Amino acid sequence: MNAMAPVGAPSLPTAVDYRVYHDTQIFAAEQRNIFKGRTWCYLGLEAEIPNAGDFRATHLGETPVVLVRGQEGKIHAWVNRCAHKGATVCRSLRGNQADGAFVCVYHQWAYDSEGTLVGVPFRRGMKGVGGYEKDFDLASHSLEKLRVESYKGMVFGTFSADIESLDDFLGPVMRKYIDRVFQRPIKVLGYSRQYMAGNWKLYSENSRDSYHGGLLHLFYPTFGIYRQSQDSAGELAEQGFHNVFTFSKPKGDIDYGSFGDEANREMQGSAKLQDERLLQFRPEIEDDVGLHIQSLFPSVVLQQIQNTLATRQIVTHGVDKTELVWTYFGYADDDEETTRHRLRNLNLVGPSGLISMEDGEAVELCQQGTVGAEGKHSFIEMGGDDVRGYYAPLGMDENAVRGFWKGYLNLMGDALAVSAEASA
Amino acid sequence: MSMVDPVLQGLVDSLNAAYCLCLDDGRLEEWPEFFVDDCLYQVIARENVDNGLPAAVIYCDSKGMLVDRVVALRQANVFPEHFSRHLISRAVLTGIDGDTVSAEASYAVLQTRNDGETRIYNVGKYVDRLLIKDGLAKLVSRMCVYDTHRIATLLATPI
Repeated sequence: MNAMAPVGAPSLPTAVDYRVYHDTQIFAAEQRNIFKGRTWCYLGLEAEIPNAGDFRATHLGETPVVLVRGQEGKIHAWVNRCAHKGATVCRSLRGNQADGAFVCVYHQWAYDSEGTLVGVPFRRGMKGVGGYEKDFDLASHSLEKLRVESYKGMVFGTFSADIESLDDFLGPVMRKYIDRVFQRPIKVLGYSRQYMAGNWKLYSENSRDSYHGGLLHLFYPTFGIYRQSQDSAGELAEQGFHNVFTFSKPKGDIDYGSFGDEANREMQGSAKLQDERLLQFRPEIEDDVGLHIQSLFPSVVLQQIQNTLATRQIVTHGVDKTELVWTYFGYADDDEETTRHRLRNLNLVGPSGLISMEDGEAVELCQQGTVGAEGKHSFIEMGGDDVRGYYAPLGMDENAVRGFWKGYLNLMGDALAVSAEASA
Repeated sequence: MSMVDPVLQGLVDSLNAAYCLCLDDGRLEEWPEFFVDDCLYQVIARENVDNGLPAAVIYCDSKGMLVDRVVALRQANVFPEHFSRHLISRAVLTGIDGDTVSAEASYAVLQTRNDGETRIYNVGKYVDRLLIKDGLAKLVSRMCVYDTHRIATLLATPI
């Protein structure tokens, strides 16, 4: 039950008014209360900008942001919006600005890597004509700067002046699992960008939804490699909005060939892989976890699926426009053969992933099916109507989806109620 | 400037035309037959290629992996119903080494889904190595370098 549920909606978080996926005022309130509110949002990896002057364009919610490594090695982030007329200052996806200066092409306002305004043309006019007043203060016309903190090479930014530290926002459980993936230095292997005609929350729910895994994603069962004996568990952060799923291989079982021995009849397909290298798993972290999917509210999923490592950044371009930026990586000390193995494993994930391509379609189906369904609601009671810190085994529950809504409503609260009233 | 061998040019262009029609007609099971057994097929973002980054959204380094992907698309994967239409340029032969030819060609893939609208889905170029044997060209490697780095929903059918 939640007193702040939108007007006319049933109780939350076990049901959600479909309005939340379509209402532009709710979307605007999310930008204010969540993305620009008391959250730390993922912006990228330190490994993407290793050298002084390296920069990468990114987003925080719908806001364009640039991540820059300054001359002194520190990472900065600022809103990509000139303080003069609001033009986009940085027009490339990535690069290196050796002199550390970012200049808006429109009127040549120049900023340093920290986003501070360092020069404007004709500041004093020419021959006593035009220009700015004598008290024009460069520093007070800088780009909007974000607070930036990193955890294990994952860079987060916030607009909030008084939010807790990133470490506290993530909490001990989430940090433990981030430590697990970032056990040693990484190197970026590349990107893919997946654009879904659906609301960002549908994807956020999807990544926290263990119920659909074996039902929507039929690659494993089709090829007779459904592993019934694997162990699974889900853990939530205290607020409910971060979660992690892990699936561990049965002890000693690392061969594709042995998967079939333990599969139940219904899940055991007849197809056989011609090239089993696709599914080879080489344990490289000191545990038996073959799948680690961690959703950090509000904007990133960190994964290890077999030997694929990736972050999936959720970018909100509109009420029904969501971009998923996949950043694939490996470990810095991978040899060529290990990298090739990772590239082969990457066939499983991403927008063409044999075990993950369906998520994009699921998001769009829900978006299309809920058009005009304001006042009607979803049903999220698989495995109960509460939110638990630990749930195992997975697959028969929507515990973490309810956790998402619990955290979401804590941040949206009145804003959601008010915007729902306004649009009623 | 050297003269292009019209026979070689014809073999490469014929392969490309047949390859695209095969995909657009939905004859996915025939698609692996355009490749030699020990092949490499990749679909990779241009932003990765330009920055020396190797990650591809599809990376198959054997014909068996191509077959596996087709079986998965037919039996396992869920994706929007769609038709594809490839428009390809004439190939530019970029090198000849014994019985192996290097070639590049531009492609555009239009996609039509159930709403009936035809959209530009994916645009890029093929970077190929082909084996010419017995008057027939087969792909040793095909790298589909896509400019359209914003993949709409998902990329299921091969490019």
